[in-house]
Amino acid sequence: MRNIRVRDIINAVERLCVEACTTLHGDWWEAVEEAISREESPLGKDILKLLQENARLAASTGEAICQDTGMAVVFVELGQEVHIEGGSLYDAINEGIRRGYVKGYLRKSVVNDPLIRRNTGDNTPAVIHVDIVPGSNLRITVAPKGGGSENCSGLKMLRPADGREGVIRYVLEVVEAAGANPCPPITVGVGLGGNFEMAAILAKKALLRPLGQRHPEAHIAELETEILERINSTGIGPQGLGGRITALDVHIETYPTHITSLPVAVNIQCHATRHAEAFL
Amino acid sequence: MTRLTTPLSSDIIGKLEAGEQVRLSGVIFTARDAAHKKLVETYRAGGKLPVDLEGQIIYYVGPCPPKPGKVIGSAGPTTSGRMDPYTPLLIRQLGLKGMIGKGNRSPEVVEAIKEKGAVYFLALGGAGALLAQRIKKAEIVAYEELGPEAIYRLEVEDFPLIVGIDSRGQNAYLMGKARYSK
Repeated sequence: MRNIRVRDIINAVERLCVEACTTLHGDWWEAVEEAISREESPLGKDILKLLQENARLAASTGEAICQDTGMAVVFVELGQEVHIEGGSLYDAINEGIRRGYVKGYLRKSVVNDPLIRRNTGDNTPAVIHVDIVPGSNLRITVAPKGGGSENCSGLKMLRPADGREGVIRYVLEVVEAAGANPCPPITVGVGLGGNFEMAAILAKKALLRPLGQRHPEAHIAELETEILERINSTGIGPQGLGGRITALDVHIETYPTHITSLPVAVNIQCHATRHAEAFL
Repeated sequence: MTRLTTPLSSDIIGKLEAGEQVRLSGVIFTARDAAHKKLVETYRAGGKLPVDLEGQIIYYVGPCPPKPGKVIGSAGPTTSGRMDPYTPLLIRQLGLKGMIGKGNRSPEVVEAIKEKGAVYFLALGGAGALLAQRIKKAEIVAYEELGPEAIYRLEVEDFPLIVGIDSRGQNAYLMGKARYSK
């Protein structure tokens, strides 16, 4: 049994909130550089370069990449041999979010109730997903998710007979309906299989995979490539103003499913694939 | 590059073409979901509005709080479509002349734009750090209790915009997509 103090969890989450909202990973820089070389629209190229300039500015000044610093989504991999000392894991994460968003001058975008809609003032609560894994480590990922792109997401329970082509059609339907709203070039997370809620969580997790990395299974990797090509043939383009680069990547995660089911969830991510990780 | 200074006259708006890049300087107001709801509810109840929108421009934005010594935090556009249920009233009854946001608008909004000779500008979505640099002054003028959704009066300088929907209803998104769709 290994003890991890809640104080260390709070500090880590606080730091990750600011890091995720102000700095993008190397995979993003490579993907956008490649997108610039492939974009045919002159305006599209200019837009991609401005997004790079914005990201550089954010990293150097500590200003948020986007004013929508999101609802914080937190993925935790908790080693089954870890003992959390000094309080509750969930309270610690929310305290970290509170400090990160208040001290980091990040926007508070969470309302207390879907209908009453009073701002909670500190961006809590986070959406927290915990997986129990073997070992004695704690891995925390903070992925702030903006509302503009989240609102463009969708889930459909397809029939098994709809098959591969049905999956492609549904993803394209969601992307077309989203148009310019999610600030393209987007990244598309697809959850395939499981059941209703599992598909949605898989779609969200798919967004954490580095851009440019394919699924380990060949038939899923091929599907990712095919959907990406079809999305980039829609003409939506950077910011929806026309062009070749509508998506930077498509990531699919799968799970076994029921004999009657083919759930497909599509989680749309804006151009800024924000997430930051820590190991304790 | 066309340079514009607020307030925008009907003549100047009439010359703008969808897809054109412009730089805007002068005074604009912010408002998003909650502020729109309050403005429209107040108007319908016959109350006095906290800002006079006649001839003005609204920027759909909820900025990050300013760091010490800064005017404003990150301040890019939010999705305009959420304001569509309120916008025709703002254009027709309150005299709103311009909007700044991102994403497409409803047919009802486009109709109101054409009828009143208004204009819808696009700002670069997700580039809040860059856009904040062009905001030289920011003060809250109403609904402070709404936090990031309060109404601010902003002074902008060379704020980079694209004409999204011009006063004749031409749409930069439809034109751009048609050009590159396979």
